[in-house]
Amino acid sequence: MAEAIEAFAPGSVVGHNTRDVWLRPASVLEVARGLRERPEFKFDLLTMLTAVDYIDHFEVVYRLISLPKNRTAMLKVKCGEGRSEPAVPSVYDVWRGADLLEREAWDLMGVRFDGHPNHKRIMLWEGFPGHPLRKDYVTYDQSVTEIADQD
Amino acid sequence: MDIERMQNEQPGVALAPGMQSPLASITWDMDREEGESVNRMKATHTEPFPEPVLEVPADMRRSAIVTSVDSLLNWARKSSVFPLQFGLACCAFEMIATAMSRFDISRFGMEAFRATPRQADLMIVAGTVTWKMAVPLRRLYDQMSEPKWVISMGVCATSGGPYYQSYSVVPGVNHIVPVDVYVPGCPPRPDALLYGIMQLHEKIKRYSLTGTPAGQA
Repeated sequence: MAEAIEAFAPGSVVGHNTRDVWLRPASVLEVARGLRERPEFKFDLLTMLTAVDYIDHFEVVYRLISLPKNRTAMLKVKCGEGRSEPAVPSVYDVWRGADLLEREAWDLMGVRFDGHPNHKRIMLWEGFPGHPLRKDYVTYDQSVTEIADQD
Repeated sequence: MDIERMQNEQPGVALAPGMQSPLASITWDMDREEGESVNRMKATHTEPFPEPVLEVPADMRRSAIVTSVDSLLNWARKSSVFPLQFGLACCAFEMIATAMSRFDISRFGMEAFRATPRQADLMIVAGTVTWKMAVPLRRLYDQMSEPKWVISMGVCATSGGPYYQSYSVVPGVNHIVPVDVYVPGCPPRPDALLYGIMQLHEKIKRYSLTGTPAGQA
């Protein structure tokens, strides 16, 4: 899988194992379009897009299915090294289903998807402080309770 | 048919060419009794009855029902509490089961779940209240007409429940609206909700026109 991606998009793969392929953030859109349209892949379905907080960096996970070839693929993109603001290109133009998934990842994990046509929160309300699924997120209620427990 | 002639005939004897079957002899006594009763009725009922007169017995004429405005008003209110038809989470299914025939909320005059808050008296907060849902919930409560009551159904609505200290869940719907009755459970069985409704009825019975206003006691 990694060699096949490297064949049409040189320099895009930064690592792989038997199941996953890690990509450079800048080449996500190029690889996604190739996997969708090239006849040897035909990954026409994006079943999952989510983000993981690994404390020293973030990772965006794409899970693809090729209905004509009956194959699955798992793409991962490391971003936000050193807890800087994570950002990856949006794959909305390749899979329309990424619309809500990317908005959810932005809402709860704070990963920015450049090029998304409607890049705003989806579940929480506008004005919510922070992104609650990050490991360093502390809710207002928790902080109040901890102070109350000390009294 | 001539009664005198029927009485003189013996059973089984031919009366006429068409009445020689065994059935005629079996029913002979019954026919005769019927004919006698018809003739007796015709002889004794020759005049129409007068119009019936409604008579109140003498000991009832001095009776009266003495009650207070409060108890009459509260009885009327508690016997026809209309719930607002909305549910937020899985507790709503228990509320639906309460309204169905097995538990039958209509025994309490509450089967009319109103789809508009302007016709509802009772808000059953059945489920998790998120901060995003709290705004419409408060708007629905404000649109309900006085007097109005609120039942907090399940631990989610009561305190946040399993989502206590969550970033998106209200820690108790009493932060949003005043609550009259809390029903514990996750979710509460329909029995529990019915018991909570009965507790609310007891509460409604204690309201007074001269005391605290309804809904704030």
